[in-house]
Amino acid sequence: MNVNQISVFLENRTGQLAEITHLLADNGIDLRAISVAETADYGILRLIADDAERAASILLANGNILTMTPVMVVGVSDEPSSLSRLLSIIAEGEIGIEYMYSLFTNRNGKAYMVFRVSEEERLCALLEQNGIMPVDKAELGLK
Amino acid sequence: MKRYYQPEIETASREQIREWQNERLVRQVHHVWDSVPYYRAKMEAAGVCPEDIKSIDDLHLLPFITKDDLREAYPYGLMGKPLRDCVRIQSTSGTTGKRVVAFYTQKDIDLWEDCCARAIVAAGGSEEDVCHVSYGYGLFTGGPGLNGGSHKVGCLTLPMSSGNTERQLQFLTDLGSTIICCTPSYAAYLAESIHERGLRDKIKLKAGIFGAEAWSENMRRDIEEKLGIKAYDIYGLTEISGPGVSFECEEQTGMHINEDHFIAEIIDPNTGKVLPEGEKGELVFTCLTKEAFPLLRYRTRDICVLSSKNCSCGRTFVKMTKPMGRSDDMLIVKGVNVFPSQIETVLIAQGYPANYQIVVDRQNNSDSLEVMVEMTPENFSDSLVKITEMEKALVAELKAMLGIYAKVKLVAPKTITRSEGKAVRVIDRRKI
Repeated sequence: MNVNQISVFLENRTGQLAEITHLLADNGIDLRAISVAETADYGILRLIADDAERAASILLANGNILTMTPVMVVGVSDEPSSLSRLLSIIAEGEIGIEYMYSLFTNRNGKAYMVFRVSEEERLCALLEQNGIMPVDKAELGLK
Repeated sequence: MKRYYQPEIETASREQIREWQNERLVRQVHHVWDSVPYYRAKMEAAGVCPEDIKSIDDLHLLPFITKDDLREAYPYGLMGKPLRDCVRIQSTSGTTGKRVVAFYTQKDIDLWEDCCARAIVAAGGSEEDVCHVSYGYGLFTGGPGLNGGSHKVGCLTLPMSSGNTERQLQFLTDLGSTIICCTPSYAAYLAESIHERGLRDKIKLKAGIFGAEAWSENMRRDIEEKLGIKAYDIYGLTEISGPGVSFECEEQTGMHINEDHFIAEIIDPNTGKVLPEGEKGELVFTCLTKEAFPLLRYRTRDICVLSSKNCSCGRTFVKMTKPMGRSDDMLIVKGVNVFPSQIETVLIAQGYPANYQIVVDRQNNSDSLEVMVEMTPENFSDSLVKITEMEKALVAELKAMLGIYAKVKLVAPKTITRSEGKAVRVIDRRKI
């Protein structure tokens, strides 16, 4: 998929998250999605930015450790049960979800979910069979 | 009650001890020259032959053996007897991946156990006692050494080994242990548990023999008070035999070195020169009676002071203070020797940077070891599962190398403190 997620290593220290968001804000980067996975000692900050390449180079220049991962973004209509239906399709297809989180945008009156899964191609095919199309960068206004 | 296990030896005149040492040293140097090519080469390089060693006054001519020699000669290079004459090994950590392996003939074990028996009798032990051995058993010398000594004294011996505090407390109360042998920190932990559960009236302990790690006079008083016992220090190292190289008597003013088996010297760790009695320096041991692993002038890296002042207990063996520090970077954590270089070896093998920090702490009388490691771009992943798996693998490798659990803490790059450009490798927060 053509949406790039940036994952940043977070030390468990007060203010680290604020430092990163300030840095990106100062450079005019717009964040579309943010999620944190944490253990007692450290965490992983996962971001979708409007300009992934530029966001990554700014973060790297400031000494952060990061990795870029292609993720799948799927739109769901903003009404009860739509996420549940999507997850049922993935579960019935026996595809493992490594992690997921939501992406916010004021476009199209839709909600978007970001997925990292074990078998991306198979999920794509499965969704298509069910009439669901993964979303591309353009629809989300990402560079 | 017996005051000494071997009174004719422990209270011998200084002249007699010197005579034993002279005779045994000459014999031992010949034995080593004939049977340990590794050391013979060292002697040749130093231009010394066995004929040069006529008495202990010539001891200073012999070359030192260091931890590096043990690593280089690992595993069989320093043996003084063929394998068929050996009946046991014990082992301790080396400075890197290789462990130190020491060999024993049956006679070596016999004499080692005599040394431990002397320590137990000095702590008031006899056939009437129940001796509770809570040192670890296995490759560690603590359990096997005191276990053997306890048998020799004729105590009812409880081979408890370390850990499982519930069971320790049960046996202490149900079987009425009178002497306990363990690390001082574990004694303090047990004392705390007994105190908390109000078991003080149910235990019959009168003495404890505590060694294998640093402890203070404050800690001693605290343990003595909480358990209602007298606490005795004991010292030893696997390379030389194990616990019982020296032991405390009722005067509690230092540990008598078993000089019929070991000659102690104090040297300047920088120059290697022998220092006069009373000066602080590195402790060096020469084994006089060991057959299978007969180390001569082994540098212990422990810093201490010797004293041959008369002792009120009647023993004539010279006394050493508790080790006051190390002349290398070895740490003792939970009674186990830990070298920063061992941790470094594991980190590099696992693809982590050699930039790390070791934090040692002691809470509730129990040591903890934490290794702070910087995250690298190569090791980082968007998956928490992958990172935690990697962390678990590192913890397992460290455990395999060190023999104890070390917590791993992943930190951001360039966050480990550097002072004057040089990383501070060890932070020891223990207040002992």
